[in-house]
Amino acid sequence: MEFIKTLIDGLSIGSTYAMIALGYTMVYGIAKMLNFAHGDVIMVGGYAMYVALLACGQPILAVAAAVVFCTILGMTIEKIAYKPLRGASPLAVLITAIGVSLLLQSLAQIIFGSAPKMVTIVDLGNATIFGLSIPYSTFVTLACSVVIMLILTLFVKYTRTGRAMIAVSEDKEAAQLMGINVNKIITITFAIGSALAAFAGLFMLMKSPSLTNTLGAMPGIKAFTAAVIGGIGSIPGAMLGGLLMGVVEAISLKIPAIAPYTDAIEFLILIIILLVRPTGLIGKKRREKV
Amino acid sequence: MQKLKKIKWKHYVNYIAVGLATIVLTVLALTGQLKSSDLVLLEKIAISIILAVSLSMVVGFLGELSLGHAGFMCVGAYLGGKAAFILEPLVGDIPALILSLLIGGAIAAVFGVIIGLPALRLRGDYLAIVTLAFGEIVRSIFMNSSSDTFGGALGLQTPRFDKDYLFIIAFVLVLVCLAISQNLIRSKHGRAITSIRDNEIAAKATGINVTKYKLIVFTVSSFFAGIAGVLYSYSNTKVQSSTFDYNYSIEILVMVVLGGMGSISGSIIAATLITFLTTALQTILTGDLAILQNILYALILIVLVIYNNAPALKSFRAKYDIKNLLKKFHKHDPSNVHDDEAKWDRVPTKIQMDEVLTTDIQISSPYTPDKADKEEN
Repeated sequence: MEFIKTLIDGLSIGSTYAMIALGYTMVYGIAKMLNFAHGDVIMVGGYAMYVALLACGQPILAVAAAVVFCTILGMTIEKIAYKPLRGASPLAVLITAIGVSLLLQSLAQIIFGSAPKMVTIVDLGNATIFGLSIPYSTFVTLACSVVIMLILTLFVKYTRTGRAMIAVSEDKEAAQLMGINVNKIITITFAIGSALAAFAGLFMLMKSPSLTNTLGAMPGIKAFTAAVIGGIGSIPGAMLGGLLMGVVEAISLKIPAIAPYTDAIEFLILIIILLVRPTGLIGKKRREKV
Repeated sequence: MQKLKKIKWKHYVNYIAVGLATIVLTVLALTGQLKSSDLVLLEKIAISIILAVSLSMVVGFLGELSLGHAGFMCVGAYLGGKAAFILEPLVGDIPALILSLLIGGAIAAVFGVIIGLPALRLRGDYLAIVTLAFGEIVRSIFMNSSSDTFGGALGLQTPRFDKDYLFIIAFVLVLVCLAISQNLIRSKHGRAITSIRDNEIAAKATGINVTKYKLIVFTVSSFFAGIAGVLYSYSNTKVQSSTFDYNYSIEILVMVVLGGMGSISGSIIAATLITFLTTALQTILTGDLAILQNILYALILIVLVIYNNAPALKSFRAKYDIKNLLKKFHKHDPSNVHDDEAKWDRVPTKIQMDEVLTTDIQISSPYTPDKADKEEN
């Protein structure tokens, strides 16, 4: 019975990681860059919710405000920090992304202080099913994530913009020749990714309401790991990778012998998968040309 | 005098600068002008220089982003410090120092090979994450270790060398590090390494053994990070794993970026500057204001990298590059044509070409073909 609880916990953590991983994988597939600052957009979303809750007290309005704020933030970061470097070496973009991440963390620390803030979006309590006490927030997380990922998959498959995104991720120059506005597509990608990050922040705060400026750093790295495990650039891959990572983390935390080394185990899985199957579980093989 | 002119002085600038500084500082220390806080600052500067130069080999010359440099330093600090602790009662001060330096550096180099192996197969973005993960894993292993072996969360106690003269040893190690790094970079191996940075597939096609060179760079870089760690453990008697976190790796990266990636002199200057500013401002910036330092680092990273790498700013950069500004002070004498040096590092403009083509070349020994050979008569 405990195992079922662990499994459900794992799926819940995993779906949060999956949402963050979706942001990473879309940006990587379309703009071909690793957005180090993605994890910190989660943190900014959390603080936006905190401020919005202080301002108006309505949880739904606060969440909506945070999502809008994160979307605008994502688009601004892309325009200021990443767009000037289109065509530059990937190392430069990576270092800039690290700089943006550090900047977001420090700004949050200066504005809000280092003490953790308590952000209770909505207190739902626990449900008792089959003798297990599971918090309602777990189910809300799972349900919302499934719905959001379904909407995203349908969007990417059946709308013009979605198909344009797939085209840009496959071949940027050919997509430009076909008349697709690549700049607009990249901006939309960052916007969607950041909105997903805001939702991920919401789920994380529902699980444990303590908010510091390093909230998004570790989950960001783990979600990137999940995206790579599933196959970077592939949306179902990100979802699969995220769920896998969540389950592994939940199981590993339950075993007291290896619990302090949970992070190490997850990174070890990353290294093994990268060495054995570098394109991930669902990823496509990409040819590199000189 | 001829021999002095033929030596390319610019190759030895780094050694001369550090050597002169060491001599001057030693004299100051011997005459008692330096306070103990100054000595600690000098040790910190030396450690930062070694770290910045070793990281610049990986980031600047090989073109791979390594975010786990503090992890190698951590390994060196703990293992070297422990070795020093054990060896000092046995063999005495100086041999213990040398042995623990070698042990700390060697074990860090082993870890460097372990990190270099995934680097062979991973692209830059993945490697950054793997090195970051390595740094975190190393830190958590040492933090969760038992109190007898590595002191656990409270840290490890290490012996303190004769504190007045540790900085001399530190600067000697800086010179050693400079010697090895510069000789590696300014050789055919160094050119192979930079060619890997510029275009890895083309380098492979040219016959360069990418595996060998990547492993060499990671090993040498982590060896020196380990040595910096052992120096740190001698400078601070207490080694705590919380010092070697991700932020420290970023600080070293900022030094490399600020100095210019691919420039050893730049890394030295930037490391000195940042360490000096950090220590000098430590008393002024307390508490929340210390975060201003992080914001400064972040802005340095973003602004400098965008300025140096943005394709749109290329013409702006060409105009305001420091080298071009300095050229204005150096009068250009067009009749001075060097035949043995090809200086075509930039395609000359029409104005420059006209200048060169319209000058009269002075012939030193005139060749007159009409003079017949004496044997023919």
